[in-house]
Amino acid sequence: MSAAFLIAILFWLFAWAVNVWLVRLKPSSPSVARLINVAIPVLFGAALIALWEGVTRGFNVPSVLLPAPSMIWDRITNSPDILWTDFRQTYLKAVIAGYVMGCGIGFITAILVDRSPFLRKGVIPVGNLVAALPIVGVAPIMVMWFGFDWQSKAAVVVVMTFFPMLVNTVAGLAATGSMERDLMRTYAASRWQTLFKLRLPAAMPFIFNALKINSTLALIGAIVAEFFGTPIVGMGFRISTEVGRMNVDMVWATIFVAALAGSLSYGLIALAERAVTFWHPSYRRRAGS
Amino acid sequence: MTARILLHDKILPIGVVVLAIIAIWYAAAVFLNAPFERDQAERAETEISFSEILPRTMAQERPVLPAPHQVFAELWNTTVEKKITSKRSLVYHSWITLSSTLLGFAMGTVLGVALAVGIVHYQTLDRSLMPWIITSQTIPILAIAPMIIVVLNAVGISGLLPKATISMYLSFFPIAVGMTKGLRSPEVMHLDLMRTYSASRAQTFWKLRLPAAVPFLVTSMKVAISIALVGAIVGELPTGAVAGLGARLLAGSYYGQTVQIWSALLMAAALAGILVMTVDIIGAWVNRRMGVRPA
Repeated sequence: MSAAFLIAILFWLFAWAVNVWLVRLKPSSPSVARLINVAIPVLFGAALIALWEGVTRGFNVPSVLLPAPSMIWDRITNSPDILWTDFRQTYLKAVIAGYVMGCGIGFITAILVDRSPFLRKGVIPVGNLVAALPIVGVAPIMVMWFGFDWQSKAAVVVVMTFFPMLVNTVAGLAATGSMERDLMRTYAASRWQTLFKLRLPAAMPFIFNALKINSTLALIGAIVAEFFGTPIVGMGFRISTEVGRMNVDMVWATIFVAALAGSLSYGLIALAERAVTFWHPSYRRRAGS
Repeated sequence: MTARILLHDKILPIGVVVLAIIAIWYAAAVFLNAPFERDQAERAETEISFSEILPRTMAQERPVLPAPHQVFAELWNTTVEKKITSKRSLVYHSWITLSSTLLGFAMGTVLGVALAVGIVHYQTLDRSLMPWIITSQTIPILAIAPMIIVVLNAVGISGLLPKATISMYLSFFPIAVGMTKGLRSPEVMHLDLMRTYSASRAQTFWKLRLPAAVPFLVTSMKVAISIALVGAIVGELPTGAVAGLGARLLAGSYYGQTVQIWSALLMAAALAGILVMTVDIIGAWVNRRMGVRPA
């Protein structure tokens, strides 16, 4: 027990009390309500970090076990070069290339499969099954085929992102009602016109769902593939070697970067989704309230 | 009649797709393994015709891509013909992975359900925690796996528990999210009915919320168990290839044993399929026992 721990506990209790009070508030103006909605989780997160700091300082937890947040932050601000080169290797090269290719190939395959109802019946169950499999396991094979550099990581990402995209797009293309399709028929719309003006827009919520799932999967795939062999840069490489050298604060710094990259790319996709599927009920309702 | 529909809607299309995959696999094996054979022939200064290359590409020691029957032969060898206790038996390695998967999945389910119950009943917990749970879904949590293993090892905890911790960590998020959704799924009408019965919060929970949440729980458990398996496999990587399917993958990649990698991979796939199917069957059974009739 020490002062740091006591302060952390007090801060935690204070934050919790404020949150309990905030939740009970029923503000009349919507902008204040939105502010409170953001403030509650932020305060909770801050209290959690304070508690973490307090526990590691108060009980003298060895930094090998769990470094204090301030130590991790120091590490992040002190070694931006290493973090940036790792980020460039893993994210800007492997993840983005693999993500674009995997999603693109999955999408095109789905459009082709969609032309035949027979294939559709066969591809959906098989694709669903494969999407549930531990696909990261292909990492050693890809490293053998494409070498140690980012190409092999991109290949793992392609394989991982392909199936969710395929399954979701095929399901999305089937999401239009028969009424709407009949309407297109009465307009004498060609197959391609129906596809572009009706079925693809209707499939967008499904496609964005796959894009969101894939944004996390791609990062996981690239990082895990680096555990199987990599040149001396990359986030997965950094994690596995720094863990071996017991530099746990560097590991946490890399994880922080990965988390930031993951949430930001998810957020970007969510923003794009909102722009593309503005007509969807889930956004309409939110805009009204 | 139903048998014919089953044949036309399920067996035929799925069978064709699976056959097509196997055919592509064979073609790719020939295509990828042929350069090695041509190279060998060139070194021996002999001409080699395509009809000679064809059978050889399917019987290489360390092929670039092993042919399906090689992988299945290896699978048969290492599962049926080896003793289960042998370190070369894939059943032994699968059991190592499966045990930590199941332990982690069980812990994750308990934790996820407990958290969901808290979130549904306490508004403060809901508004503070839920945004973080959703954000954490976008984070590549698997990256933490090596650290958990090594750090827990440093404290003296090794073996099953660290791997199970990773599985727990991965599987608890989908369960917490799905269960929260499920516990909130009863309509206002039903909740009002419980009020007119003057049911207590506990009664409402046990008689209305929990039964309504079961289908949601089953769906999220299917997601959770397959990522629990991924967690267990990745958790076996940093310990340096001791035992388990992940260790087989790593050892195979160290020594270039492609057939071993593919057989471990197919074993992992089979395991994932069996686990998801088991959860599905148990879920369907529970639903039937609760009196859900197929719509």
